[in-house]
Amino acid sequence: MSAAILAGVLVAGGVYLILQRGLIRMALGLILLGHAANVVLLASGGLYRREASVIEQIAAVRAAADPLPQAFVLTAIVITFGVTVYLVALAGSGSGDDTEEST
Amino acid sequence: MIANALPLVLAGPLVAAAVLMVTRRPLWARRAVLVGTLGATLAYGVTLVAATYGGTVLVADIGLWPGGIAIPFVADMFSALLVAATALLTLVCVVFGIVAGEDQQHYFAPFVLALYGGVAGALLTGDLFNLFVCVEVMLLPSYVLISMFGGENRLRAGRIYITYNLLASAVFLFGVAFVYGVVGTVNLAELAGAAKESTAVAVAIGVVLVALAMKSGVVPVHGWLPRTYPETSPTVAAIFSGLHTKVGIYAIYRVYSLVFDGDQRFLGFAVLFMCVTMAFGALSAVGEDTIRSVLAFNMISGIGYILLGVALFGPLGLAAGIFYLLHHMVVKTSLFLSAGAVEVRYGTQRLDQLGGLARKEPLLAFAFVGAALSLIGMPPFSGFAGKFALLQATVAEHAYLAAFVVLAASLLTLLSMNRVWNSVFWGPVRREPVDATRDAVDAPADDDATGTAHTNNGAVGTVARRRTHAKAASPLTHVSPALVAPAVVLTLVSLGIGLGAEGLLTLTQQAAAGLLDTSSYVEAVMRE
Repeated sequence: MSAAILAGVLVAGGVYLILQRGLIRMALGLILLGHAANVVLLASGGLYRREASVIEQIAAVRAAADPLPQAFVLTAIVITFGVTVYLVALAGSGSGDDTEEST
Repeated sequence: MIANALPLVLAGPLVAAAVLMVTRRPLWARRAVLVGTLGATLAYGVTLVAATYGGTVLVADIGLWPGGIAIPFVADMFSALLVAATALLTLVCVVFGIVAGEDQQHYFAPFVLALYGGVAGALLTGDLFNLFVCVEVMLLPSYVLISMFGGENRLRAGRIYITYNLLASAVFLFGVAFVYGVVGTVNLAELAGAAKESTAVAVAIGVVLVALAMKSGVVPVHGWLPRTYPETSPTVAAIFSGLHTKVGIYAIYRVYSLVFDGDQRFLGFAVLFMCVTMAFGALSAVGEDTIRSVLAFNMISGIGYILLGVALFGPLGLAAGIFYLLHHMVVKTSLFLSAGAVEVRYGTQRLDQLGGLARKEPLLAFAFVGAALSLIGMPPFSGFAGKFALLQATVAEHAYLAAFVVLAASLLTLLSMNRVWNSVFWGPVRREPVDATRDAVDAPADDDATGTAHTNNGAVGTVARRRTHAKAASPLTHVSPALVAPAVVLTLVSLGIGLGAEGLLTLTQQAAAGLLDTSSYVEAVMRE
């Protein structure tokens, strides 16, 4: 439940920022959206609903965290981070044509 | 043996890209690595087509984990055809890039190779999350390519492109998370048929399909495409037109046929969306002012045609859609390369500044008109066979509205291509080549035949005067044959596909059969 609320708040903030005009704000919005996706990915894990495929000998396997979404999140963070840094760099180069409104 | 080499299609280009990134000289060695890697991939793609002939499915499990746990690379006829086609197109575009001098920029070769590695990985992977990663591997070099090469607006184009794709990737990631949350796996073979049985899975995969549609440029989420492709360099635009949206389309075909298993409930909406895409793209193309923006809007229209195949489903529709996909990749790349040759030599792609190229550049005019006729759907080019097969499918599925839109959008495509032809290739010569160094003449010219060039401005007139003087002795054409050759080759490929349509249709029918009956795909991946 807490993950759902957190993801909802992050998505709301992200969408709001993406709809702004400045590119830096849009980049921040995309970061928030990426975090929301990561939270959903983490919340989607759970070993209770599938058979433990490799390590069934360990008794506490049902209570263990699902490792697969963690691997997903790690990959996704790296990708989102790299692309966002590049986007911010682009925003910096030739920032004169960034259409920011004063209001 | 062939199956074990599947991951190499992803790894090979990436390793070659890394090598090219750190080596600077000599240029011929870098070119050899670039062309050699793509040539080897093309050869392997053709081998794959031969190996999957008859419905065989090849699987390579990474790390020798048993089927169902491993992250598999899977090749069936559909992916094999696309691996071969994308390798061919990248190779041709790279040759164009070498002739146009773009590969002298250090980062061109490694990023193109990394881009191709991502494309091949996305075409061969059998895992939803791996698909996401491979699409990102494809996109990351594209971000650099699009903002590094091209005209003055390339940074703006780059920003639009990155922002948009980052958003689409986030949506994709949400979709993957939902799928994993509902089913507990992201292996496509394990997901087979799941969306047909459970609405929750259908919604989750729906989010993935929306993300893929965003990346493919389906109306109404197409706005990025015509704003970015005309701004980057000719070579990069040609590579993107052949590869990028097509990977999204491939993934839509694969995911829908596997996970929805041909569920009929939503196909009506899909047909409607594709009709809008076809009509919208063709209509918008008529009003554009530069060659490449006309082509970009025609591309959106083409995406509607291709995805109409999966929207109709059924053996006829899928086979026609895959055929149209292959045809469209070849023809569109050929057109972008023709436009690129004009731009490299004449320095502009604006319709109102060009003219009279048909007489000056007969070979280029042939390449362009052949590909344009193919795009419109005239026999004997491949477009005719593709559109005819698509029409047959619409009539067989009683989708008469779609049949009407297919024909109407073709007429509009004729109109827009006719406009390009009229203003660029016919009419008076309005502009002379900007590159006067090739056979410049020092002697002061006593011209009388460059009245039209004078009307533009003084600088162009001076160049033109020198050019006309030289033309008396030099051959008629100004664009070097090597620059036109890539476009000509692809136009001839389109002609070949058109004349031998029966052969390729047999292959695409096999690919469609593999999508209709996914049992052999699932069995090959899930074997113990």
